Amino acid sequence: MTPSVNASSIPALATPLGQEKSALLQRLVEGLDSASLTWLSGYLAGLAARQLPVTLPATQPAAAPQAAPQGSLTLVYGTQTGNSRLLAERLKQRAEAAGLAVRSFRASEYPVRELKNERLLYVVISTQGDGDPPDDARGFFDFVQSKRAPALGQLRFAVLGLGDSSYPKFCEIGRVLDTRLAELGATRLFARAECDLDFEPVAEPWIGEAVEHARKELGAETALATVTPLRSVQVPPTFNRENPYPSQVLANQRITGRGALKDVRHLELSLEGSGLIYEPGDALGVVPRNPPELVAAVLSELRLDGSTEVTREGRILPLQRWLTEALELTRLSRPFLASHATRSNNTELQRLLAPEGGEALRALLASHQVIDLLRAYPAAWSAEELVGALRRLTPRLYSIASSQKRVGEEVHLTLSVVDYEAFGTRHMGAASYYLSTRQADQDMVDVFIESNERFRLPKDPSRDILMIGPGTGVAPFRAFVQERAETGASGRNWLFFGEQHFRTQFLYQVEWQEAVKQGVLHRIDLAFSRDQGQKVYVQNRLREKGREVYEWLEGGAHLYVCGDAKRMAPDVDDALLDIIATHGGKSREDAKAHLDSLREQQRYLRDVY
Amino acid sequence: MSKNPTPALSEVEHIKARSRNLRGTLAESLADPLTGAIAPADTQLIKFHGSYQQDDRDLREERRQQKLESAYSFMIRTRLPGGVCTPKQWLALDELARTYANGTLRMTTRQAFQLHGVLKGDMKSTMKGMEAVLLDSIAACGDVNRNVMCNPNPVDSRAHEVVYQCAIRLSEHLRPKTRAYYEIWLDKEKVVGGEEEPIYGSTYLPRKFKVAITVPPLNDVDIFSQDLGFIAIIEGGELIGFNVLVGGGMGATHGEAATFPRLADVIGFIRPEQLLEVAENVVKVQRDYGDRTNRKHARLKYTIEDRGIVWFVSELEKRLGYTLQPARPFAFDHNGDRFGWIQGHDGRWNLTLHIDSGRVADTEGQRFLTGLREIARMHKGDFRLTPNQNLIIAGIAPEDRPAIESLVEAHGLTGFRSASPLRLNALACVALPTCALAMAEAERYLPRVVGLLEERLAAHGIEKENILLRITGCPNGCARPYLAEIALVGKAPGRYNLFLGGDQRGQRLNRLYRENIDEAGILAALEPLFAAYARERLPGEGFGDFTVRMGHVASPPAVERAVPAAVGA
Repeated sequence: MTPSVNASSIPALATPLGQEKSALLQRLVEGLDSASLTWLSGYLAGLAARQLPVTLPATQPAAAPQAAPQGSLTLVYGTQTGNSRLLAERLKQRAEAAGLAVRSFRASEYPVRELKNERLLYVVISTQGDGDPPDDARGFFDFVQSKRAPALGQLRFAVLGLGDSSYPKFCEIGRVLDTRLAELGATRLFARAECDLDFEPVAEPWIGEAVEHARKELGAETALATVTPLRSVQVPPTFNRENPYPSQVLANQRITGRGALKDVRHLELSLEGSGLIYEPGDALGVVPRNPPELVAAVLSELRLDGSTEVTREGRILPLQRWLTEALELTRLSRPFLASHATRSNNTELQRLLAPEGGEALRALLASHQVIDLLRAYPAAWSAEELVGALRRLTPRLYSIASSQKRVGEEVHLTLSVVDYEAFGTRHMGAASYYLSTRQADQDMVDVFIESNERFRLPKDPSRDILMIGPGTGVAPFRAFVQERAETGASGRNWLFFGEQHFRTQFLYQVEWQEAVKQGVLHRIDLAFSRDQGQKVYVQNRLREKGREVYEWLEGGAHLYVCGDAKRMAPDVDDALLDIIATHGGKSREDAKAHLDSLREQQRYLRDVY
Repeated sequence: MSKNPTPALSEVEHIKARSRNLRGTLAESLADPLTGAIAPADTQLIKFHGSYQQDDRDLREERRQQKLESAYSFMIRTRLPGGVCTPKQWLALDELARTYANGTLRMTTRQAFQLHGVLKGDMKSTMKGMEAVLLDSIAACGDVNRNVMCNPNPVDSRAHEVVYQCAIRLSEHLRPKTRAYYEIWLDKEKVVGGEEEPIYGSTYLPRKFKVAITVPPLNDVDIFSQDLGFIAIIEGGELIGFNVLVGGGMGATHGEAATFPRLADVIGFIRPEQLLEVAENVVKVQRDYGDRTNRKHARLKYTIEDRGIVWFVSELEKRLGYTLQPARPFAFDHNGDRFGWIQGHDGRWNLTLHIDSGRVADTEGQRFLTGLREIARMHKGDFRLTPNQNLIIAGIAPEDRPAIESLVEAHGLTGFRSASPLRLNALACVALPTCALAMAEAERYLPRVVGLLEERLAAHGIEKENILLRITGCPNGCARPYLAEIALVGKAPGRYNLFLGGDQRGQRLNRLYRENIDEAGILAALEPLFAAYARERLPGEGFGDFTVRMGHVASPPAVERAVPAAVGA
């Protein structure tokens, strides 16, 4: 298949345009490559959005219960950070541009009983935590894994996995689904691909391949293009991940007191003139740079010259800039480790990479930055080899801590500065260090908005909300409370916050006090783990207030959890199960079903990392 | 009808009236997890429970930017009549200081202990820890009778025992009777129904009230600075009664002429058995006639100044139903401490240690807290806090002396031997960073300014002279600055008013000499006076007396308090 559109493919289209406009359309698209077509589709969708009356309800294509038409492509995506959705949407656009009928579903909204009728299915799914599916894909994943899953002899499929190679169970969920679908009798159309945080290099070819295969599978029978339904009444922003907005730093304020073990920063960034719009719950993507000290350390360790010009993917930059702006140094990826193991000919490393090395490999990937590996297991790298092997530096996402209704053309962040000693030297987190060293009124930071539809305030402002956000997990709840105050929402707001010490780590203490005084924060429960002999966490407070928490939930409250995915989120989950079981008089199993139903109703939402 | 409407009561009067005998909303304030502070009205009431809400003023601006509230903590002051405590009590306070406070004990100019930096959540544990060794902080602050002072005479143990018992009885008699303290801090059962405050009534006094007893010739309590003072008259080893003094006080406000320090009037003599009723009725006259509209004008000294001492005595005698006898003769030698080892009449030894500004802490080279803990573990007598922020280890058996001596040496508690007279006698209040009233440094500035002055005194060869220096961070007078020979009274960061001309017996107020000067100004002002004093002083003449005699400061007759009769002895 050629990347450009052949004019002869248009006449088959049944369009609502009439003969004259159809001819114009035909001339317009003639010879365009897929990127241009994609752009054009977005442009036209934007025009359409402007003409839509505001009263028109946002169309909900995914939820529309349409029978799986013969000869359509079905996309199912599961996403935690939004990347899978981004790729699924791109795939959908490309496929539709190629004239295919496409149904696209967030996994939580996919009617699993239709699976047995599907003919062509693509799954785009991420893996989070310790090999877990994203929250929105739990139901789908469990169904496919379960004994209830139907035989799928009729199905052809392919899977795109997303993950973070610094975790050992990298892309585990994609892998498991890929295996399972085949087990159920489905035919794998082409090989699964696995995307790292820097997903583009893998995702883009996979999408191309997917469209091509779909055309082969369906092309002959589906000459009918469906009109692209508009996701929402919104003009696509000019600035995005590919084209971030250079934002002026307005404030960079430490908000932990003297003696605190953590350096937590409150950042205020300007969006003036960017046209960027965000909702509470959204994240801000930040394009970081590696600390200059770290770049210098890598160059010196490898005895490389920073001014050496190196080419990768057609881009030429001095090595110094590659390492500063374009490549990951603070996160160690498995492929790089593998490459380094070969290069250093180190048997210890090679043993780690063997299948039985799981736990030790996980520990090494979690504890070592690139520099630590270079120092511990010396090996020679040329500038070209190094640039070729390192993973691309990916933007970091931070939950936005402000409501635009309160702060206007600003966006606020709450971040914990990663800065610690290990292996005898100072270690920094790329983005948090980068942001924490930006000077107010002086430095700029490249940012974009990463929409997070999975973490939204209730549409009904009279609903109560429970917010569980220890540490910097409190960030989106600052946005929530601001938003609900500004919109005069009548529902009650209840915050659970925790940290180590009341005196130095009560993030935004004065603001919460003011919110309570103003009556816009109705309850607040605090857990400072190290202020007394026995450690107390938010989940302990939740349990203490179990009866009321249950009453709020029964009264229709929405519950939100933000923060640490490894320990806090499961502990909170467990506490919620206990609360539902105890105060709802339910068995553990029924409590689980109850919690699952809250999740399905989107009343138990998590933004955990 | 009066032409002028009755002036409004001060806000604190309303808070007291509404407080249900000092309860207010303290229990709710303590339970509020959102803040380390208590409700604003409760900050007034908590004083009556012996505590002040404070915050670290060094951190205020920084924390404001950090979106954190001020670093609130609480100072807790003990009620400790006569400044006497047992080794067991010392050990308990030492542990509380290290567990809940900032790791130091502060001995005050009223012979009490202060714990600083106690967090709200640790308040009850601290109070309970004190209760376990029979200590409390009731009425250590607030508009009530404060800690009753008593000269801690280490020499005459018999006389001390008698007056010390009087101090305890006064403290108990004038203690507020509300059970609020026990309910709020010690979780004791709540009182049902009404509760009487027999002496104070429901709004207590218009302002703080200070009582002291002393035994001539020692005036370490600065008896003329007290609202109510008793000078013990002892004849042939027997206490025959007390001269009564009323209307002393130190506090003043910069720039307000209507506020001033005042020496107490000696109004007569009473027998020992009349002590409590006289004290009670002095308190009641002040309760009924003190100014409740203006807290800067509410001390007993202003009531007496406004209505006259004759009126006061007649009002008191009317309530007593008898007249006071004429005051007996007495004489004071000095108002300082007698440092070092002194053997008492009972053969036991007493060691008076010098503690800079009364701060018992472990610092580099000086491990006072540890040293005194070690001493408390073996000591069989008692400890006495002096009115000059120093400490007497009292009642040491001769055989225990060497052990105590070696602990003193090992922990650097040897200042009583090595420090200059200037340093030994100096007083400073706490001031920054915790005191909300402080305008300038005091305790933290003392070591530096004493060092600078020592240099200058040495340059003139007068470093051995007993010169009395006192520093306060504001004009309210906690370190009794207006009785010092040299006083620095804080005006702004790094700036002080310089007062000169007190004596060494606590009988003469000093006078303002230079206003609002910095350190260079202080040194420049004192340098020529030191030079002149070195050249022209009379034998035995104190620096304060010298500055008055030479006319450097005026000594208006009204300021020096006449002492009845000739110097006895």
